[in-house]
Amino acid sequence: MESTVPPAPAAALPTPAPAAEVVLTVAGISKSFGDNHVLKDFSLTLRRGENVVVLGKSGSGKSVLIKCIIGLLKPDAGTITVLGQPVATLSHVALDALRAKVGFLFQSNALYDSMTVRENLLFPLRRHWLADHQGQEDQLVLQALDDVGLPQTIDQLPAELSGGQRKRIALARTLIVPPEIILYDEPTTGLDPVTAREIDQLIRHVQQKYHASSLIISHDMSCVRLTSDRVILLSEGRSYAEGTYAELLASTDPIVHAFFE
Amino acid sequence: MPPVLPTPPCCPLISPATPMPASTFFTEFRAMTGFTGRFFREGFRPRYEWLELLNQCYAIGYQSLPLVGITSFIMGLVLTLRLRPTMVQFGATSWIPVMVGLTIIQELGPIITGLMVAGKVGSSIGAELGSMRVSEQIDAMEVSGTNPFKYLVVTRILAATLMVPILTLLADAVGLGACYLGINLQGVTSVALFTNNILGRLTFGEVLPAVVKTFFFGFAIGLIGCYKGYHASKGTQGVGVAANSAVVLSSLMIFLLDLVAVGVSTAFGLI
Ligand SMILES: Nc1ncnc2c1ncn2[C@@H]1O[C@H](COP(=O)(O)OP(=O)(O)OP(=O)(O)O)[C@@H](O)[C@H]1O
Ligand SMILES: [Mg+2]
Repeated sequence: MESTVPPAPAAALPTPAPAAEVVLTVAGISKSFGDNHVLKDFSLTLRRGENVVVLGKSGSGKSVLIKCIIGLLKPDAGTITVLGQPVATLSHVALDALRAKVGFLFQSNALYDSMTVRENLLFPLRRHWLADHQGQEDQLVLQALDDVGLPQTIDQLPAELSGGQRKRIALARTLIVPPEIILYDEPTTGLDPVTAREIDQLIRHVQQKYHASSLIISHDMSCVRLTSDRVILLSEGRSYAEGTYAELLASTDPIVHAFFE
Repeated sequence: MPPVLPTPPCCPLISPATPMPASTFFTEFRAMTGFTGRFFREGFRPRYEWLELLNQCYAIGYQSLPLVGITSFIMGLVLTLRLRPTMVQFGATSWIPVMVGLTIIQELGPIITGLMVAGKVGSSIGAELGSMRVSEQIDAMEVSGTNPFKYLVVTRILAATLMVPILTLLADAVGLGACYLGINLQGVTSVALFTNNILGRLTFGEVLPAVVKTFFFGFAIGLIGCYKGYHASKGTQGVGVAANSAVVLSSLMIFLLDLVAVGVSTAFGLI
């Protein structure tokens, strides 16, 4: 079956600026787990300062896609280029250096539960050798917590926080090493609508503040509407449709339409 | 005779519901050998996680101290009190210190320490790494520019390898102290006589294997706990399985290593 919204050529996209440099390219990747062919020849591009949302059903391989991008999983075929570097062939050292420029928000938050919020935030900072002295570290931690509006939780353990708070702390940990690209895996799933909208605003705020590019995975339509410059619909392991939120909303294709009901 | 079940037509010989134990064993064995190889490949190359190694030494050593202390105290005391009537019968009470001393230093100290640490530390390493694997914390570390194998696994294995021998020495000391106490409950011996009695008859060849094998005990506990946790399957059940099998396997391994140690010492004429 053919999509009614043909994937627009990247160069023709109106947003954000047509000439913005490409920071992330996924070219025809495939990934299978045994007989489970999750991704089949999937491609996308992300430009500087742009927010792209990948939309798809549960189990369609969205998490697998961004784990391939960050190098946690290896695609069976295809190439992924992040900030000009091919992820699959990088050495450990080069991959670590690249990862310092890419933020990753896990679907499960993945906060270190034996560490306090402060230690959680310090971990990536120290690992990437970014802060020179104690004072600077503290300042960066407080700054990151301020960004997500939770400075009072600094000495608490993740287990003492609510789901929404945990999500925000995870976001703070992602942002503490200022990223050029941020990968969000379902930032609003499981949150109440009010908190979810706050996270959406935060994503927009971060995009403006750091001029970062974001790849957001979501099936929360309000999140898609509020955060996306461009939307890609992942279905059957392929990029099924692509366009702005408004374009996809206007689509009559039943599969696309099903998401916007 | 039980009724013969019809075999499903698609797979007449091997049913997936009953995996062959031998093949599972060899798969597991191979995976574990690979894991050990990775430890030696990655463990001795920078960057070194000194701080985390210290943390783990503290966690493993200091926290097992009360448990190891209490159990070896009780063993030393019980052994002395049990042995005494027999020795009195043979008129060999002066042999009690050296008999108990040898038993504790060569076997009971290492074994009890090993088992206690396997129970306390092996399970907690298995559960901790297991839950970190399940909740993607290990992936999060990798994304944060950290090699989780070095940070989590290498440090824990090294810490266990270093701490079990130290704990064993302490356990030996506590056990001998308890032996001294046991003797003094029913008679009097001076500390000097007691220590002379033991130290005078212990040879280097008797003590060395006992010390050396404890490094292997520690290594096995750390390795098995880390392996089980690091490869825990998804879900909370995976964490429980990891912790449980870490204890069972490392306890078993301690006895196997002890057997090997006896064999090796005999071969070298140390016994
Ligand atoms: N490590 C893995 N091993 C085996 N199969 C996996 C693994 N990771 C993912 N899968 C499979 O890949 C498919 C896609 O999983 P994925 O987590 O990417 O879904 P998703 O699109 O993120 O779904 P959701 O919206 O529910 O998070 C699933 O069928 C899953 O079983
Ligand atoms: Mg997912």
